[in-house]
Amino acid sequence: MPERAPNFVYVVYIAASPDTVWKALIERDLTKAYWEHYNVSDWKQGSPWRHVRLDEDGTVDLIGTVVEIDPPSRMVITWGTPGDPADESRHSRVTFEIAPVGPSAKLTVTHSDLEAGSGMASGIAKGWPAVLSNLKTLLETGHTIEGDLWG
Amino acid sequence: MDDVFRALADESRRALLDALFARSGQTLAELTVGLPMSRQAVAKHLGILEAANLVSVVRRGREKLHYLNPVPIGEIVRRWVGKFEDVRLDALTDFKEQIETSQEKRRA
Repeated sequence: MPERAPNFVYVVYIAASPDTVWKALIERDLTKAYWEHYNVSDWKQGSPWRHVRLDEDGTVDLIGTVVEIDPPSRMVITWGTPGDPADESRHSRVTFEIAPVGPSAKLTVTHSDLEAGSGMASGIAKGWPAVLSNLKTLLETGHTIEGDLWG
Repeated sequence: MDDVFRALADESRRALLDALFARSGQTLAELTVGLPMSRQAVAKHLGILEAANLVSVVRRGREKLHYLNPVPIGEIVRRWVGKFEDVRLDALTDFKEQIETSQEKRRA
């Protein structure tokens, strides 16, 4: 076996092109519209990325590195909190895969290397399904559902 | 959405989703051990759950791992349950759990 089994594998079919779904993952204004955060990076292999809260201070909730990037079909990033030691071995890993399926795009989000039972793991289990269904609503209807994603 | 309701309208398939909620990433063999169903029945039910996108699958070497994919259920919840109802439902669920736990303690 090359690596450990992933912790979570989420799949969502979105009536949009792979390019649109790709933009929704990386563009600041689009991420803002469904994630309660925006993502910042130059999205090049080896570059850092940040996940920034929509508050006045722009609190950074997640950081990581772009490990692999191949628009609009595949991206691998590391995923950690700024509070973690700079030690990247404690970071988990997220893989996004986008494939065209008929007129839609199939987005697969795979989260690996999470510490079982950690706060991050339980946050992830609640967070991704909400974020992904909000993303689908945004791209298919042009608006999101008001409310607290993490509720 | 029809697929999702059809897939959920079966006790065995709900039991499979429960097993994956308890531990995601199981093989067909692992899922068969914990449930009173034949391997063939589990495989058939997993196929229906996969077609409804309630189960996602990862191939790892020769193994096929099954994961709970709750995204379509989230879409159903978000269609009919709003922000404020959510809070109230949480409170009701907590209350029900408290009562059930204290009853279990009394019986024990």
